[in-house]
Parts: sequence; structure tokens; C-alpha cells
Amino acid sequence: MTLDFFRLMYPELSLILIIFTLLIIKIFDLFKQNQSLISFFNAIFNFYFASLLFSININSGELFNGMYISSSKFAFEKLILTSGTLLILLNSAVWLKNHKHLPEFYLLLVSSLLGMQYMISSGNFLMFYLGLELASIPLAALVNFDLEKKKSSEAAMKMILLSAFASGIMLFGISLIYGTSGSLDFDILQTSINANKLNIIALIFIFSGFAFKISAVPFHFWTADVYEGAPFAITAFLSTISKAVIVFVFISVLSPIFNNLQFLWSNLLLIIIPLTIFIANIFALRQRNIKRFIAFSSIAQAGYILLGLSSNNGLGFASSIFFVIIYLLSNIGFFAVVSAVSDSMGKEEIDDYKGFYKNNKKLSWALAISLFSLAGIPPTAGFFGKIFLITAGAATNHILLIAFVALNMVISLFYYLNIVKKVFVDSSQAPLADVKTGLSAKVSLIICLAGIIIIGLNGALLEYITKLINL
Amino acid sequence: MKVIGIEHIVFVSTVLFFIGIYGFLTRRNMITMLMSIELILNSVCLNFVSFNKFLYHDKLEGVFFTLFIITIAAAEAAVAIAIIINLYRSYKTIDIEEADELKF
Repeated sequence: MTLDFFRLMYPELSLILIIFTLLIIKIFDLFKQNQSLISFFNAIFNFYFASLLFSININSGELFNGMYISSSKFAFEKLILTSGTLLILLNSAVWLKNHKHLPEFYLLLVSSLLGMQYMISSGNFLMFYLGLELASIPLAALVNFDLEKKKSSEAAMKMILLSAFASGIMLFGISLIYGTSGSLDFDILQTSINANKLNIIALIFIFSGFAFKISAVPFHFWTADVYEGAPFAITAFLSTISKAVIVFVFISVLSPIFNNLQFLWSNLLLIIIPLTIFIANIFALRQRNIKRFIAFSSIAQAGYILLGLSSNNGLGFASSIFFVIIYLLSNIGFFAVVSAVSDSMGKEEIDDYKGFYKNNKKLSWALAISLFSLAGIPPTAGFFGKIFLITAGAATNHILLIAFVALNMVISLFYYLNIVKKVFVDSSQAPLADVKTGLSAKVSLIICLAGIIIIGLNGALLEYITKLINL
Repeated sequence: MKVIGIEHIVFVSTVLFFIGIYGFLTRRNMITMLMSIELILNSVCLNFVSFNKFLYHDKLEGVFFTLFIITIAAAEAAVAIAIIINLYRSYKTIDIEEADELKF
């Protein structure tokens, strides 16, 4: 039993160990210099990542009477989240170097990651709720991490109030489910949920909470504001990792529980998807600030992911996870360039990138490749990800929806390529000077770009994910 | 004499829930909005406890869930108030309409 405990809960336990180490570092003030703490922490986190890589084939099992479930599928999902966090940490080294509260930054970020991992592995609504809150409360504190900036605290206020509101609504749904079936275990709920009126209301409440977290359209108002006010590292985290985890949770928790009500939630998604993609595209067209722009672009990408989820079969889920990986790499690659520019020059407007190619040849190409991948242009992985999502969506036989989504991809092409045009074609009186990037940011950027290109050319990853999903 | 049954309690909790939503959407003071969220969470707690007591009194899952909700609500309120205090330092107000740096 004790051995099982360590073997199955290994990813979370190591994170808890890291959290306590950070606490001790904070209390005794062990690292006087930020630089050495950054490299120390990055080394630890690298080590953690490598150990996760080897533990991916751990035997599946459950702990605490089915409260905590572990399987190789979940281990793979945790690995994706951890690698994304690692890439973001590498990117943000320059920004963090001069920050006063460095240990707290890592502490909060790791706590949030821990919450996400518990959320993925949960086998009971109580565990799920605890994971959800552990993932979202530290994030609100992180959004406020530029303490003296007005925008940052406003964004954090919006985030904490709205995410508390959303989780309150979700909890009301959970309480109704408890009322109808008398249990919170996912195993029991899978069979006991039926098309009872109370269950349908509960489903709508729980889905509203989820739609808020993934920022699907009727609940997307917080996204742009929070992304703009947050520091770059946290914007990257919010737009990639905390979206990815909701997709994973949808696949492993929500869709099996509400399998009996599938007709209802897939119809709900059919309304949400076109709205999400269309409205996000319309708003993204008119953004001037690069963070607001990426916020609306990420809402649109969430719509594409929901298309894969709406099919409710193995192929759809596998292509959603595949697309999440690609989206994570392209978005972090984009953020690596943009945050390097913001750290050294403080420029955050899209128009500042006019003539960027003149002094920054390599960064321009990196930016262009990430944007091509986000837009879905053939040699990059984004194209293949979107192809698989559309194919999976086509299985639902809603041809009009698929056509509408494909048309919207053309609209999105315009605003992604607009930036590429500004970088390469437009000239400006005073183009941005040569941007210095740190070594770690370079490493992360190279990993992202290599990932974008290799995943596009090699189909092994999708096969692997399909195998994991169908296990 | 009429006995108070589950339907009365669920009615109360539902009313409480919608009062909370109404308050959250109409009030413009951040602390009041936080209080509205607490109302929503309290309605959920009431739901859990009443379902547990009236329908499934052989197990205690609902009561345990309530305990966790109370704890987490406290943590959430603590973080929210810290953020609001920080916002007050720069804006000198806790009215949500006046904190409007971020706009479309």
C-alpha cells in the first residue's frame, strides 16, 4: 500500500516536495541572488521533467478508494503540462531576474501545476473541485505579480472574482448531481446519470463553469482583460497550460460522466463552437495590443479544440490532444519572441513590429513560423492539427458547421499574416533595435520551433496518442 | 403541523443562489461582489447538507464536501481581499466601474 502510494502518486508528490523546498528557501532566504535561484530551480524542474518522462509507463491503479486514479494516459497528459511549464519558465528568466519576490513566483506556479495534475487524476468530484481551486487561486495571485502596475491588479481582481463565480456555478451543478444520484464517485455517476430534469440543469451549470475556464464565447469577457494585465509569463501560462488542462479534464472526466446525456452536450457545443470561433475572429481583427490579440486568437483556437471534443469518440479526443500539443508549442514560441521584445524594449503594440526583420533576422523567422503554425499553413504542424480536428468534427455529420469553421480559418489567416506582413514587408522610421535574448529563452524557442516542424512531418505522435486514448 | 421537508430547504438554497447571482451582476462594489459569491457558495453548502440529511443519511459525503467548500471559500476570500487591497493602493477606490484601465 505504501509502495503503491509512492509509485502511483509520484508526479504530485515530487511537486509537493519542490513546493516545500521553495518554502524553506523562502523562509531562510537561502539564495541571495535571483540569478542563482533561477538556475537552481530550472535545474530541479528539468530533473522533475526527465523523471516524469521515465515514469510514463507506470502501472495504472487507484488510491484512496478511487479518489485518485493513475494511468499512462494521465501520466502523458501531466507530462505535456509539465513540459509546457518548463518552456515558459525558460522564456521568462530575463523578466524574473530583477523581480523582488522570485521564490513566491515559483511557489505559486508549481502549486497551480499541482492542482492541475490532481484535477486530471481525480476520480471523485471532491478531488476534482479541490484540484480546480488549487489550480485557479494561485493563478489569480500570479496575474497580480507586477505589483506596482495598475493593469496587473485590475486583471487579477477580474480573474479572482469571475473564477470564483464560475466555480460557484459549477458547484451548484455538482450539488444537484449529488442530490439525484447520492454519490460523487465518477464510476457510480457514469451509470446513474440519466435524462432526469435535475441532471440536465446540473449539466448546464457544470458546462457553464467549464466554458468559463476554457473561455468559450458566452463566457469569454474576462480573457482579453486578464491576458493584457498579466505579466508575459503568466499570459503564456494562462493561454496554454490552463486551457490544455481543461481539455484533458473534459476528455477524461466530463465526457464519460455525461455519456448518457451526450445528445444534450454535443448540441450545446454545436451552438458554442461557431459562436466562439466567429466572435473571437471578429474581435482579433481589430486588436492593437499584442496580448489582447493573442487572447482572442486563443479563444478562437479553443473553439477548434471544442470541435474535436464534440465528436465524443476516440479519434476526436486524440486529435484534440494532438492539437493541444501543437497549439502549446506554437503559442509558447510566439510568446518567447514577444516577451523578449517586451523585456528589452517594453513594446507591446502590434504596430511596433513594423520593420522588425531589419535588425532581428532570426527572431523574425521564429515569429513567422509560430504564426504560420497558429494559422495552420501547410509545412507546419498547425495545419495537420487542424486537418485532424476537422476530420474528427466531420464525423458528427454537421457539414454546415464544418464549412463555417473552415471559412473562419480563412479569416484568421488574415490577422495572423498581418503581423508577418508587418514584420517582413512594412518599413518604419525607427524599427526595433537588435533584441537580446538569454540562453535559456533561445533553448526554449529552438525546442518549440523544432517541435512545430517535426510534429508536422512525422505522424508517430498522433498514433501514440490514439493508442493511449483507446487503452 | 407541517414538517419542514427537503423541498423547502432546496427552495431556500435555490433562492439564495439566484440572489447571489443577481448581487454579483448588479453590485459595483468589489467587497459586495465577494459577498455575493459567498452567498452562492452557502447555497451550495445548504444543498449538500440537506441532500445528505434527507436522502442519503447513511453516508457523509455531502457533509464532507461542505467542509471543504467552507475552507476553500475562506482561502479564496483571503486571496481576493489581498488583491483588492493591492488594487486600492493604486486606484484609491474599490468601485469596479472606476477600475477601467483595461478596455476593448
